Amino acid sequence: MPDQLLYAMEVTLNGLMAGVMYALVALGFVLIYKASGIFNYAQGVLALFAALTLVGIQQGQVPFAHLINAVTGLHVSSFGFTVPSILAILLTLGVMVLLAIVIEKLVLKHLVNQAPIILFMATIGMAYFLEGFGDVMWGADIKTLDVGLPQGISETVESMTDSIFGYGFFIDNLDIVATLVAVALVAALTLFSQYSKQGRALRAVADDHQAALSVGISLRFIWILVWSIAGFVALVAGIMWGSKSGVQFSLSLIALKALPVLMLGGFTSIPGAIVGGLIIGVGEKLFEFFAGPLIGGATENWFAYVLALLFLVFRPQGLFGEKIIERV
Amino acid sequence: MFYREAGDFKTSYREDSQTFPIKFDRLRFYAVLAVAYGVIPLLINDYWASAVFVPFLIYSIAAIGLNILVGYAGQVSLGTGGFMAVGAYACYKLMTAFPEVSIFIHVLIAGGITAAVGVLFGLPSLRIKGFYLAVATLAAQFFLVWLFNKVPWFYNYSASGQINAPERSIFGVIVTGAQTSAMAKYMFCLIMLTIVAVIARNLTRGTVGRKWMAIRDMDIAAEIIGVNPLTTKITAFAVSSFFIGIAGALFFSVYLGAAEVGEAFGIQKSFLILFMVIIGGLGSIFGSFAGAAFLVLLPVLLKNLLVGTLGWPTDLAAHIELMIVGALIVIFLIAEPHGLAQLWRVAKEKLRLWPFPH
Repeated sequence: MPDQLLYAMEVTLNGLMAGVMYALVALGFVLIYKASGIFNYAQGVLALFAALTLVGIQQGQVPFAHLINAVTGLHVSSFGFTVPSILAILLTLGVMVLLAIVIEKLVLKHLVNQAPIILFMATIGMAYFLEGFGDVMWGADIKTLDVGLPQGISETVESMTDSIFGYGFFIDNLDIVATLVAVALVAALTLFSQYSKQGRALRAVADDHQAALSVGISLRFIWILVWSIAGFVALVAGIMWGSKSGVQFSLSLIALKALPVLMLGGFTSIPGAIVGGLIIGVGEKLFEFFAGPLIGGATENWFAYVLALLFLVFRPQGLFGEKIIERV
Repeated sequence: MFYREAGDFKTSYREDSQTFPIKFDRLRFYAVLAVAYGVIPLLINDYWASAVFVPFLIYSIAAIGLNILVGYAGQVSLGTGGFMAVGAYACYKLMTAFPEVSIFIHVLIAGGITAAVGVLFGLPSLRIKGFYLAVATLAAQFFLVWLFNKVPWFYNYSASGQINAPERSIFGVIVTGAQTSAMAKYMFCLIMLTIVAVIARNLTRGTVGRKWMAIRDMDIAAEIIGVNPLTTKITAFAVSSFFIGIAGALFFSVYLGAAEVGEAFGIQKSFLILFMVIIGGLGSIFGSFAGAAFLVLLPVLLKNLLVGTLGWPTDLAAHIELMIVGALIVIFLIAEPHGLAQLWRVAKEKLRLWPFPH
């Protein structure tokens, strides 16, 4: 087989893996949008916050150390013990649930029935706040996150492809793990929403708020639930992205990577988030591979958006979005 | 008491349809103009110009532009930073290519070029609506910033990839470059802002503005009563981008002097201007000013308080500032979702009756 084709195949595979990572973030968006009609810009920052909290707990950092030092003149930085990964993840999950409750009580409760743009702006405000809060709480330096996930090149894939094509593919172990985790996550979410009582209530709310209210479903509980789940998805995404590229401010920008995925897949569809993620992942990697060298590279920043834009012109509700019916 | 229409009789159609029909309003407007043109230029110094007034004036232009698109025509856009970059780079190319032409003309042409780019990216709005459109405009943001980064022609092949404003003057007064006086910067921006605000105010209360609002309130119904959605949406994008382009050109040439596209015109800028529009009040020219003033002053005040008074380290202060800005935005949206303009309207209504309760 010609080298170019092999490289393209490798790029495609890597694109699929990257697409899974995008889909992980997009999932959180879809969940919240479906259940509350809120376009949650803060999802990326939630992932950053989750990852920061996880690292902080793992390494036994003193929260707000920087602030305490500035106000009192002390020099505290850590408690001097480390917490095992599993326990730290569980504690972080608790923090995310707490955060969901606080968001519902302090923000969402007061914004019921506002225009979608107002809610969207409120989530941007929350994103600013959480970003500052995460930095004040845990410090703004770049941290490495290690929860024991395998890292580096997958040798099995390399030797396997080497024996078939005579060229070893270069694939990160972490990406393979991320794919497996994403599959498990989607399966769990599907099972939860199809077969549990809360899941059914969730779908009822997504279908029709007022009808759900009238049969006795507590909207506020559902909102807390859905933000907690979004927090959990953010934590998973934070662990994956954090292990891959370190925990730092740029982690919150993955929200921007997830937006075109959402547009392509439709804001209201979980399978759409996955398929959209894969299309975007493969598309931008292949475009960068073929056209990048010709037009100066770094096309990954905008290609996804332009692709989604062109796609939407032909199908305004995305691939799997609900058909937009307009009445006067 | 202070503010009422009683006794203010109109004897001609011209008087009846003037911009400020109530006499008190009109007097207040002239008073503001008098202070802006007569008092502030005499008192201004470099710190006040670069920290408060010039950014306020430029952001006001951008906020008016975005308000036309989001507040009047209902098309949410997150591409403002990218369009400002178009204005800035167009202005830079024109300034360096035709040094003998007045910069005033350059800024206007830069606005025109931005309008053309805005129309191009506005075309999908005919098919895409709501949040899908908001996200689609991010395509403009990222693509334009990338373009200005990667194509050396735009920054005249300079080694640093930056663009630097050469020295230019109007009627012998230097308005760009390092030698510019605070007063010249201020006056140049103020004159541009006055022109933009007058145009915007009159557009929004005429036929064009009513068409925009009809499309905003319900586009299908508007189409049925005879508003052409194509021309209406496109004019909204064109006018909005024209103003935003002017703001971008001024931001680069007068305020920054030297700019790197990702830093000066990144996505943060888009959000900042959208915040100004929302906090100020959607669909209100006054709101654009109020929002710009609020978000220009707030960081200056916070920085002075945290770093200057309390003496905290700057990085900590920056994070706390981020928290406070975010929290204030949320609080604002909860307390008054219609923005500062609505507060102003309520205050006026109260003043009209004062000191009587009803």
